[in-house]
Amino acid sequence: MAADTAQSTSAPTSFDRGGWGWLFQRITAAFLIVVLAFHFFLLHFYNHAYDVTFAGTSARMGNLAYFATMWLFLVTATFHGVNGIYNALLNQGIKGTQKRAVQGILGIAALLLVVQGTRVALVMNGFL
Amino acid sequence: MSQSYNRGLIEDFGRWKEFQAGMWAWIFHKFTGWILVGYLFTHIAVLSTATSSPEAYTTTLQSLESIFVVRVLEIGLLATAVFHILNGTRLLLVDLGIGLDSQDKSFYASLVLTGAIVVASVPTFLAGLGGGA
Repeated sequence: MAADTAQSTSAPTSFDRGGWGWLFQRITAAFLIVVLAFHFFLLHFYNHAYDVTFAGTSARMGNLAYFATMWLFLVTATFHGVNGIYNALLNQGIKGTQKRAVQGILGIAALLLVVQGTRVALVMNGFL
Repeated sequence: MSQSYNRGLIEDFGRWKEFQAGMWAWIFHKFTGWILVGYLFTHIAVLSTATSSPEAYTTTLQSLESIFVVRVLEIGLLATAVFHILNGTRLLLVDLGIGLDSQDKSFYASLVLTGAIVVASVPTFLAGLGGGA
């Protein structure tokens, strides 16, 4: 503990000993590495972005496995990105009210993004 | 052997002349991360045109893709994503204790490989502009 205290006086850190954030950031990272690469490859190299039409998107999203992968992509990317911003701000040294405000704003932003993304995905696969 | 460093305030960019490979890797990872999460929100916003009508979606995407600047930004996005993926893979390995002795070399390798992949992808990302193939 003594060593910890000596360090934490001058260097704020996002590392929370015993917390789950660190582990989830890495689990989502491993998933996102594969899915983000797949996403770029499918929509820029196999298909081309300038050829994208609603019909094409809809056909892809009609496949349940693809739909599930894209929805998980949305959720994990949102978590990884928003938690990444949060960690960066913790490293910047925010605490107290600032920290709680950031938690609230980022939490709401993440929730809205997932809700809107899910809505869009359900329109794309014809459910809505 | 566990060593403990007093890093000082880690967001002090005024110290950039003292930075070594690991610090640059950390800064680039953070910077590319900010861009990617910003793009994620933008991406869902653009795709949300699908909720108006299928035509709105198709027209919006194809109009955007016909703009040269958008294509250049997409190449920038590719560079950002590829670096974040390669450096992130490196970070996962470091966290697992793999390749600790070559952390700086693997960072330089991430940079070089990102450059190579991006340059090789430029023709693909500019294809179909101006109605050509």
